[in-house]
Amino acid sequence: MSTIAAISTPNAMGGISVIRISGEDAIEIAEKIFSPFGSKNVSEMEGYTCAYGIAHDKDERLDDCILTVFRAPHSYTGENIVEISCHGGLYVTKKVLRAVLSNGAINAEAGEFTKRAYLNGKIDLTQAEAVMDIISAKGERELKMAECLREGAAFKKAKKCSDKLLKILGDLAAWSDYPEEDIPEVRPEVLSEELKSVRDDLKTLIKNYDSGRILREGVATAIIGRPNVGKSTLFNCLSGCERSIVTEIAGTTRDIIEESVRIGDITLRLSDTAGIHETEDIIEGIGVDMAEKMISKSELIIAVFDGSCPLTEDDLYLINKINKSNTIAVINKNDVEQLLDTSLLEEKIQHIVYLSAKENSGVNALYEKIQDIFNLNEADFDTATAANERQKKCIDNALEGIENAILSLETGEMLDAVNILVDEAEQSLLMLTGQKITDAVVDEVFSRFCVGK
Amino acid sequence: MNYEMGEFEVAVVGAGHAGVEAALASARLGCKTVMFTISLDQIANMPCNPSIGGTAKGHLVREIDALGGEMGKAADKCFIQSRMLNRGKGPAVHSLRVQADRVEYHKYMKNICEKQKNLFVKQAEISDIIIENNKIIGVRTKLGAEYKVKAVIIATGTYLKGKIHIGEISYESGPDSALPSNLLSKSLIESGVELRRFKTGTPCRVNKRSINFDIMERQDGDEQIVPFSFETDPSKLDNKVSCFVTYTNSKTHEVILENLDRSPLYSGRIEGVGPRYCPSIEDKIIRFSDKPRHQLFVEPMGMSTEEYYLQGMSSSLPEDVQLAFLRTIDGLEDVEIMRPAYAIEYDCCNPNQLLPTLEFKKVEGLYGAGQFNGSSGYEEAAAQGIVAGINAALKIKGKESMILDRASSYIGTLIDDLVTKGCSDPYRMMTSRSEYRLILRQDNADQRLTPIGYKIGLITQERYNALLEKEKLTAEEINRVSKLNISPSEELNKFLEEHGTSILTTGCKMSDLIRRPQLFYNDLAEFDEERPNLPSDVAEQVELQIKYEGYIQKQLQQIEQMRKMESKKLPKDLDYNMIYGLRLEAAEKLNKIKPLSIGQASRISGVSPADISMLAVWLMHEKGENNAS
Repeated sequence: MSTIAAISTPNAMGGISVIRISGEDAIEIAEKIFSPFGSKNVSEMEGYTCAYGIAHDKDERLDDCILTVFRAPHSYTGENIVEISCHGGLYVTKKVLRAVLSNGAINAEAGEFTKRAYLNGKIDLTQAEAVMDIISAKGERELKMAECLREGAAFKKAKKCSDKLLKILGDLAAWSDYPEEDIPEVRPEVLSEELKSVRDDLKTLIKNYDSGRILREGVATAIIGRPNVGKSTLFNCLSGCERSIVTEIAGTTRDIIEESVRIGDITLRLSDTAGIHETEDIIEGIGVDMAEKMISKSELIIAVFDGSCPLTEDDLYLINKINKSNTIAVINKNDVEQLLDTSLLEEKIQHIVYLSAKENSGVNALYEKIQDIFNLNEADFDTATAANERQKKCIDNALEGIENAILSLETGEMLDAVNILVDEAEQSLLMLTGQKITDAVVDEVFSRFCVGK
Repeated sequence: MNYEMGEFEVAVVGAGHAGVEAALASARLGCKTVMFTISLDQIANMPCNPSIGGTAKGHLVREIDALGGEMGKAADKCFIQSRMLNRGKGPAVHSLRVQADRVEYHKYMKNICEKQKNLFVKQAEISDIIIENNKIIGVRTKLGAEYKVKAVIIATGTYLKGKIHIGEISYESGPDSALPSNLLSKSLIESGVELRRFKTGTPCRVNKRSINFDIMERQDGDEQIVPFSFETDPSKLDNKVSCFVTYTNSKTHEVILENLDRSPLYSGRIEGVGPRYCPSIEDKIIRFSDKPRHQLFVEPMGMSTEEYYLQGMSSSLPEDVQLAFLRTIDGLEDVEIMRPAYAIEYDCCNPNQLLPTLEFKKVEGLYGAGQFNGSSGYEEAAAQGIVAGINAALKIKGKESMILDRASSYIGTLIDDLVTKGCSDPYRMMTSRSEYRLILRQDNADQRLTPIGYKIGLITQERYNALLEKEKLTAEEINRVSKLNISPSEELNKFLEEHGTSILTTGCKMSDLIRRPQLFYNDLAEFDEERPNLPSDVAEQVELQIKYEGYIQKQLQQIEQMRKMESKKLPKDLDYNMIYGLRLEAAEKLNKIKPLSIGQASRISGVSPADISMLAVWLMHEKGENNAS
């Protein structure tokens, strides 16, 4: 069985974080990234012993760590296990994990340590269902998290690279599968140029890749409300900068403006939307459609109402559009005389906060409310990190495949061999969307080329 | 009045390319086999292109031959032009394609079947399959004759409720004006088989006298012909004809577009799903409207006829429109149509109802093969035919079934795709469908499959010994050149420079030179005094295995991974709803497909890695409990 690794402490700021490696090569891998202060190398350590030293990734010194060795079968999973305790801090911990992964371990699947413990007879058979539960729950969350990742910038860029590769593979496949049709020849020089362009894109992507992205990109949040209730003011107040144009004229915000905001542990991906109301202005109308779409897409909805006047037709229209449990009604403008009857709102919407965005007062209550209802638990963060690391690993693998393909083109290899390497790269990227390469390429050929008897 | 017509072991319904291979395999494996066809004059007919092979399809033919099938031998016997496609694009995509004499091919196959021991060929339309306790016990003909059998292989091609469309006219018919099979569908549906409609088409045939070849591009066959069959002597093969290429033009497109309303496809009279890879000319013009011209091949149908086939011009427009648009094409100005192009709709099954043995999950002893399974093409059909025939026979003999995995062959890939993913349009084989292309080459089909054919009993001892000898010689030669030291010399460096590769400054092994893409094994003979005189197929293997060693290793690793998953078998009758924690969607899909292994399960769309993880744990749990008890 392969050797797996993961961060096994809760994914949050804390004194110590532990990275656990389990599997046949656990000790060998740990030795590659750990230089002990003492004289004993990791491979010489006995089970149940510790060593103090430095974790490093090639030449980069990462952190001072304590490393503990458990030798099979006397460990949690029944395999060789190495646990590396480093000095908290998600950034450092992830760097150590990444070093472990790039030396041959693979990211542990959800519940995999427990699964292995079970398979190796370390856990009672009756616990099997508990293991199933873990995997199942994590699988569900992972799906959700993958959805989340798909909204992220990194994914979108990777998808662009993947599409480019798919086009290249389509060219190659059509050219070799339909030699009798008049399909443009694939010339090695051109292929090499195309691959280099994808390589450069992937390189930039990896350089800027931030494993904390999911934590930062966080929860898709829409700020909605009828025109001129102060959505943009609230948005600016939350995001701390004047991104939305705020004027007295109702209907100023016509497209959707996005910003990420960190509130405690949670990051909101805020979208300011156009006011929702019946409009005859075409451009504004499009904005309204988009805003309605945002409601269905968002995980958190902040519905803004004007406390200084009674509910309008547009307000009622809006209240009917939202009936999600994750909606917060914000009664804005509480710095002036309150004329809003809140009884309908209280009946329809569970969470209500009063504030003045303009005066920046009462915003803390909103923060608290968000943390209350959107309390991501530790497991979500774990999954998010794992999903994120997996994404990066996919991109790393793709880059490696492309580099190899460019190299073999340079040495003059036949295109069928080069094709295999490009396949490998694309397969790695397609893992992000769960597509199968053979199907994807076949579809590409049929949609782009006119081939047949 | 029904009457008994005796007892057989296997009945094959249909004698096209699938039926013939199925019947031959079953009979050769010792099962008393009866093959039914609506017309004896349609056995192994090629109602579309008179051609065997092509990209990926050529691989299939060589694989069929390596298993002990007939298609390759028939093609070698009856071809009139042969070409190895994709030379220069690398050995993984080399594909053999021949133009065959349609009538000779039919005659050859018919006679082979007639002479085959254990095989009985009958002209009859099967109207019913007879089932008892979900198990095949017989078939009945339209005339009421009942045959007791243990297995039935359905290979009805486009005959099953066949309906031809030409322009505004449509009528019930099999291909090439044969009678359709109109009764069997009902019996199949009553037995629990789900049927659906697919559609395909064929271009018109024209008279050679009416073609002006002078203004077309000529295409000749290869000088050095490679046969399909590993048993055919290549020295005795000759090309007899040329093919020609011409193009449509804006006028052609104009005529077609003006008459689109008369096409049954665009007016909605055809309900069947057509293949994406084989669009009609009207499809091509609409979907790729920016292309100023489309290529068409003008190909002879045989030596004893003046009929020519117009590849690329499949259409269901009315006959007068066909004639009008053809006559706008260079070289076809005076063309005379002999048979008009037509579209044909037919009943077929969704192959996800089948096991990888091609037996129906719901009905024991009932098998499907060929176009009936949703595929398209003679080669795809024959490949399924031989697999269905082999598995029907193995089951009757009480032996373990033959399942070819994706890494073993294009045949295995074809069947795995069909039964695991189903198909939404007629399935055509392409090299890009295989993730193991560098291993599944046409040159090594014998090494991949002949041992299996031998074990099953379709390959003779003599042929198997020849394979072992070839493998032994290959291994010895690879070993020799890997040890052979080559030191730099003026002569050698001159040679290397001439071939555009770097010169030697220190010594190296002969195999290092062979590995260079710019150099070839045969060319290096002058620097290799001890080189033994080897057959050309051995030299080819030595060269390929050395040149592609790195890539082959890479693919072998992937294969090892895949086979690990494949070896984790799932129980056939497992109810996935009972597996704790499996997502509903996944359980539904798994219950439908009933995969044989975790590997197959992982290829089903809608089954996630977490689901697979779940299955794996469940499986381990089950095994643990079973071992304990």
